[in-house]
Amino acid sequence: MSWQNQVLRVNLTEGVITAEPLNTQWAQDYLGERGLATKYLIDGMDPKADPLSPENLLIFATGPLTGTMSSTSGRFAVVTKGPLTNAIACSNSGGKFGASLKYAGYDMLILEGRSPKPVYLHIVDDEVTLHDAADLWGTTVWHTEETIKERHSDPQLKVASIGVAGEKGVRYACVVNDLHRAAGRSGVGAVMGSKNLKAIAAHGTKGVTVEDMPRFMDTVKRTWKKLADDPAREELTELGTNAMIDSMQEFGGLPTNNFQKVQFEGTDKINPEAMATPNANGHTNLITNKACFGCTIACGRIAHIDQNHFSIVNRKEYWHASGGLEYETAYAFGPVVGVDDIDALTFAGYLMNEHGMDPISFGATLSAAMELFEMGIITTADTDGVPLNFGNAEALTIMAEKTGKYEGFGQVLALGSKRMCEKYGHPELSMSVKGQEFAGYDSRALPGMGLGYATSNRGACHLKHDVFAEDMKDQSAAGKAEPCKTSQDAIATIDSTGLCLFTSGSWDLSDYAAQLDAACAGEWTTERLEQTGERIWNLERQFNLAAGLTRADDTLPPRLLNDPAPSGTAKGRVCELTTMLDEYYKLRGWNQQGEPTAATLDRLGLNT
Amino acid sequence: MAKALHMYPDKCTSCLMCEMACSLENEGLFNPAKSRIKVFEFEHGKTSVPYTCTQCEEAWCLHACPTNAIVINADTGAKEVIDDKCVGCKVCTMACPYGTVNYNTSTGKVIKCDLCGGDPKCAEVCPTDAIVYR
Repeated sequence: MSWQNQVLRVNLTEGVITAEPLNTQWAQDYLGERGLATKYLIDGMDPKADPLSPENLLIFATGPLTGTMSSTSGRFAVVTKGPLTNAIACSNSGGKFGASLKYAGYDMLILEGRSPKPVYLHIVDDEVTLHDAADLWGTTVWHTEETIKERHSDPQLKVASIGVAGEKGVRYACVVNDLHRAAGRSGVGAVMGSKNLKAIAAHGTKGVTVEDMPRFMDTVKRTWKKLADDPAREELTELGTNAMIDSMQEFGGLPTNNFQKVQFEGTDKINPEAMATPNANGHTNLITNKACFGCTIACGRIAHIDQNHFSIVNRKEYWHASGGLEYETAYAFGPVVGVDDIDALTFAGYLMNEHGMDPISFGATLSAAMELFEMGIITTADTDGVPLNFGNAEALTIMAEKTGKYEGFGQVLALGSKRMCEKYGHPELSMSVKGQEFAGYDSRALPGMGLGYATSNRGACHLKHDVFAEDMKDQSAAGKAEPCKTSQDAIATIDSTGLCLFTSGSWDLSDYAAQLDAACAGEWTTERLEQTGERIWNLERQFNLAAGLTRADDTLPPRLLNDPAPSGTAKGRVCELTTMLDEYYKLRGWNQQGEPTAATLDRLGLNT
Repeated sequence: MAKALHMYPDKCTSCLMCEMACSLENEGLFNPAKSRIKVFEFEHGKTSVPYTCTQCEEAWCLHACPTNAIVINADTGAKEVIDDKCVGCKVCTMACPYGTVNYNTSTGKVIKCDLCGGDPKCAEVCPTDAIVYR
């Protein structure tokens, strides 16, 4: 009921596939998806293990509401130890793959070891088989997905796969499912590549049911309506997440030229209005919006590139529609690298999906390389003859492709900004936390975001806390620790339900509790969800501490701590992290080294 | 004229709520694999098309059935499968030129859209009015 009560375990070293019962006590304690997978991860591996070694586990986890009629029920998480951060990685994706895996009868898929040769996993309900992937190795995500569906004559297969980036260990390679949705961050695709696993294809026909269907459907319809009636949701549907670019520009929180600036002159060329307006050739970038599985928001964009654009003019294979710009891709291929060419941005997005890479980390790594280039630390002799100046649209598309194919200077960009900047003797130029690059929000303008970035268990991330409203209201550091902690806990729970975080603008925790309570065994109240979230957050923290991370890793790059914002509403401000961090640790019940105290662990039932 | 399901692909976001609602109504759980309505996607999701039985006048499924298991509902005009009479021979699935009669491997009988007796759940749940019953 809501959980399928079954876990699929695949030992890739031995080629042994087993279905085992779900640990239902753990499901009661950690819900599903992010939380439950974290529990299985910490129980099943040594947190000190090398993320790209066979000792690492790679877990694909659905939530109890995945595959139900709750709005946005298509989510699944990929949980592992991340090669970008050496910390816990938890990447979340939508599309249709997650629901398919669950319909096949599994809450979770745990991949162990390393296959002696490239393989892909084929799941049709109880029939689970490993297949040789020699002919797919070295090919793109798009080719792989199409080939597997054809090979099995099964268009209903939903596929999650990696490109060459994942095979070659690009530190921020991702897992792409359904052509253009991705478990994007922290290099989970590189872990999959290290296991010699090219793809997972799932077709489930068993369905999902819930404990109390009439009550569940009542709750579902009420929460649908709440979502439908919310103007914020309407904006997300109409404009997509890129609606954010204009507000960040105006506010002065839009990281530009590797965070040297916080505002970008070219936003009106890459914002939602630009996406929807015909260019001089009469070509309009945006075609339509699309939804993930079970989603009544449909924030996804489907776009196409002007065929006259330099990037694809001679490449007919890209003359088709695919996933379009979202805020983070617009930021990562736009302001942070100084590019305002909408077709170049869109093409870079295609390349990320086709080759399987995180656009945020790629863009922010390229921007660090551009700063190194403009400083004269690297030259065209290093960059395959390509001048890496900020604003060079051609450099963006060339380097995106080189990195995706692991060629030339792309092999350096593949390191991520931290390792690359260290290599050139300028670690301070990496705009990252724990080695993971920032999303499109500057911590000097948004201090609560800065605290969230610094304390996020998977490295810099904008999706693990929500202090946005407080930051927009008041740009001082005071009073940010509490909303940061509370929202981190709430999101840890929401990420464990199987639903999308983008519902949280319209729903509060009681709306999730009502749906879970009708769907799942056990009593699910708002209070219980708050505590579950806090338990999950602390468990992730325990993983990181055991992996060797310390308080020193909860920090921001010197640029954000020392160099005042040059313009915008935060002009003259730096991010006052230390004050917030001390207060935050206290609120969390952690000591000043950032370790949960015995009393805290006891309270959360984590004293084992 | 009897009401019919009208499909508007340009409004469809491919969320598959229709497939879940259909399976819930007919099978009692969320299971798109057993849905009578299907959404087909083309060109990386550029186009998505909800598709089910049009309840066509010719009704070749009905005429092909050797056991008279498919009958016309006088109120709705829907061609409905009588489960007790269906022997699972699949002749109707071949007769239908639209591919909207399908074999259900778990019951050994065929399934097709019956307009939910005049209150089609797919139209009711569609968040964008890509499926309208009128």
